[in-house]
Amino acid sequence: MSTTMNDRQDQISATPGMHARSAEAIKEPRISIRGLDFYYGSNHALKNINLDFPECQVTGMIGPSGCGKSTLLRCLNRMYDLYPGQRATGEAMMDGVNIIDPSVDVNALRARIGMVFQKPTPFPMTIYENIAFGVKLHERLSKSQMDERVEWSLTRAALWVEVKDRLNSSAMGLSGGQQQRLCIARTIAVRPQVILLDEPTSALDPISTLKVEELIDELKHDFTIAIVTHNMQQAARCADQVAFFYLGEMVEVAPAAQMFTAPKQQRTQEYITGRFG
Amino acid sequence: MSATLSADGVPSAPRNEAVARALGRRRSRTNLVVKALCLLATAIGLLLLASILATLLWRGLGGLSITVFTTSTKPPGSNGGLLNAIVGTLIQTAIGTAVGTPIGLMVGTYLAEYSVGSRISGAVRFVSDVLLSAPSILIGLFLYEILVQPVGGFSAIAGGLALAVIVIPIVVRTTEDMLRLIPATLREAAIGLGAPKWKMITLICYRAAMDGIVTGVLLAVARVAGETAPLLFTSFGNLNWSVSLTQPMASLPVTIYQYAGSAFEDWVQLAWVAALLITVGVLAINITARSLLRGRK
Amino acid sequence: MGDAVFAGFARASGGFVLLLLGGIIVSLFIGGLAAFRQFGAAFVVSPLWNPVTQKFGGLVPIYGTLVTSVLALLLAVPLAFGIAFYLTELAPAWLRRPVGTAIELLAAVPSIIYGMWGFFVIVPIMAGTVQPAVIGAFDGIPVLQDLFAGPPFGTGILTAAFILAVMIIPFIAATMRDVFLTVPAVYKESAYGVGCTTWEVMRSIVLPYTRVSVVGGIMLGLGRALGETMAVTFVIGNANRITSSLFGAGNTIASLVALEFPESPAGSLKLASLLALGFILFVISFIVLAISRILLRPRLKG
Repeated sequence: MSTTMNDRQDQISATPGMHARSAEAIKEPRISIRGLDFYYGSNHALKNINLDFPECQVTGMIGPSGCGKSTLLRCLNRMYDLYPGQRATGEAMMDGVNIIDPSVDVNALRARIGMVFQKPTPFPMTIYENIAFGVKLHERLSKSQMDERVEWSLTRAALWVEVKDRLNSSAMGLSGGQQQRLCIARTIAVRPQVILLDEPTSALDPISTLKVEELIDELKHDFTIAIVTHNMQQAARCADQVAFFYLGEMVEVAPAAQMFTAPKQQRTQEYITGRFG
Repeated sequence: MSATLSADGVPSAPRNEAVARALGRRRSRTNLVVKALCLLATAIGLLLLASILATLLWRGLGGLSITVFTTSTKPPGSNGGLLNAIVGTLIQTAIGTAVGTPIGLMVGTYLAEYSVGSRISGAVRFVSDVLLSAPSILIGLFLYEILVQPVGGFSAIAGGLALAVIVIPIVVRTTEDMLRLIPATLREAAIGLGAPKWKMITLICYRAAMDGIVTGVLLAVARVAGETAPLLFTSFGNLNWSVSLTQPMASLPVTIYQYAGSAFEDWVQLAWVAALLITVGVLAINITARSLLRGRK
Repeated sequence: MGDAVFAGFARASGGFVLLLLGGIIVSLFIGGLAAFRQFGAAFVVSPLWNPVTQKFGGLVPIYGTLVTSVLALLLAVPLAFGIAFYLTELAPAWLRRPVGTAIELLAAVPSIIYGMWGFFVIVPIMAGTVQPAVIGAFDGIPVLQDLFAGPPFGTGILTAAFILAVMIIPFIAATMRDVFLTVPAVYKESAYGVGCTTWEVMRSIVLPYTRVSVVGGIMLGLGRALGETMAVTFVIGNANRITSSLFGAGNTIASLVALEFPESPAGSLKLASLLALGFILFVISFIVLAISRILLRPRLKG
């Protein structure tokens, strides 16, 4: 559905303050954040964030540690609900619903917005059960349908060939890179609309990192992706648009090519040229 | 009903939202039920504690008077007190703590500081952990076998030593844990000044771990002060005033044991007073110990 | 020089602990030797306890010890799990510490207090309300009418098991809470991330992840229950017989030793039999506690 969106020059963010280069490229964003604030107790961790996540594109979020990029990710699937004292205000609209609103069913929301974490987190069960686990929460599938779903998601996560002969062995026995791809497979098996990736390669070796990056490129045909990364090369390689965060504010958002060649803001330039962070 | 998959296994149809919602409703219902049951379990736990404390206060406070602290136990109907039992508990607890603490401290030190790669240390730690939960009545039988029977009589010493055997593993556990929490940099700094290892341990590590070790000792005191079973066969109990360490000696728990089941109302009343005293004392020491350790963070 | 002396003291103390355990085992065994010699293996399977004929057997107290402890576990484990689950995942942050402390204080209450409380508070409730109601409800139903039969004295196996359960709940709950807390937050978040409810995270992630240690905690509770003396002695009814009814009186090794010891003169066969029972109790609890330690160690040291 977004095959025409692959040329980076045509990609436009609908964020206010950015100039749309061509009208036909404007697309309804999958998630649209307006005036979002986030607090850890009394600590104001995110300040008035406005950001759109265009459908079937990769949005990279960069910035120094503690800038709030991971916090924003955790807002989108309401992970902060688990921790007392953490709260968000403002708007994050998805299909006409403000997903920040306390009345939203978070379990259903998390079926639509999947998340992959920094460290691989295989569940203490078999590879097959790892994939089927999330699916069973939201769907009733027959055994053969579930088999297909498991194969599909493992294939999409570029792991099928490696594990198809040991689906019933423990997921703990996989290598780190395989475990992370299993976590991605587990996430897409639920068929979310959005996938959140929180520094998904920071615990992996370079070869596994490359595989995951290729995977991201492949997955954006079907999923809207938000990725937090410390690695600016990774942002440049994977992301369509990049947002730079600093001290709880979103300083700038731009198409990836523009962000790394001609950032508008002084602070962005200093960060990407390595003067701090 | 459910989402269909196309031939090549790609889920083409969107998720059936009705099924998802129905599943979701059932799952949240289960979740709510379990949450309610857990709340109930916790409430029951708290209720039990409240019931015990309320019973003790209700039955014990009424019998509390100055004679309880000024008079020893007496035959039924002659207005006795608990003085000998209170003093006996203090003496035997003191013996137990005084004997058990240094040994426990040294064992904990051995495990934390001198046991690298030693197979014996694993056994010591294991045995100490088992002793921590071993039936206390058997420790009483042990002291009876090795001390009371050979000497030919019950004694406060035997009671105190039985309590010491219970003190040791408690102090071992906290001492080892606390010593292991001390950062290596602190040790290196001491060694770097040229201090020998034993001075490093006694002057630096013990001091740094002091609050934790004291907590362990206090918890041990709280534990043994309320012990009954090991005293039955060692200090036995004594209805008369006695502070002789080689004679049978009274204690609050044993007095409770003897009085609570008796047919005399004033004895039963004294048993409740003794129960109130020992529980308040034990819980107060316990809370003090906990707050000591909390101040650490 | 000072170093060698200090290290020597430390090592000697370590050795002393080993000796202590060895001493307990050996002294109980030697003390009970006369009984083992006299009765042989039959000591373990004979239900007799007759000071007049000098026939002693340990079957009844061994049975009572095991039955009360296992029943206590059945009662305590669900409650302890609920408390641990509540304290780790459900309770609001400000409640966790005070409630956790209160539960731990339950463990600090001396066992004799449980005995008194059981005798004066629980036994009347059992006798006046619970037992008549249960006996009435199960009357005529096979198996159940035998399991819950007899005059409602309030004391008995079930009451003892209940008091034991109350005593071991805090131990099991505290261990479970500690091991639940060792599950890395990111695993739980991953499960929440696919849309799990709190209970599903507990059941599918936390429990499988901590299964071994949870069993270790339960075994720790069992070890405590096996050797508990005072609480049981007050409420079990103290009769040397095995009844099919849970309301019937019985005894345990610990309660029998506590009660019979004063009437067992030194050197008597009866005292030897008590010490032999003590030896058996030590062996049983040593095995249980050893298993508990082996299961718990990796997790809590983690």
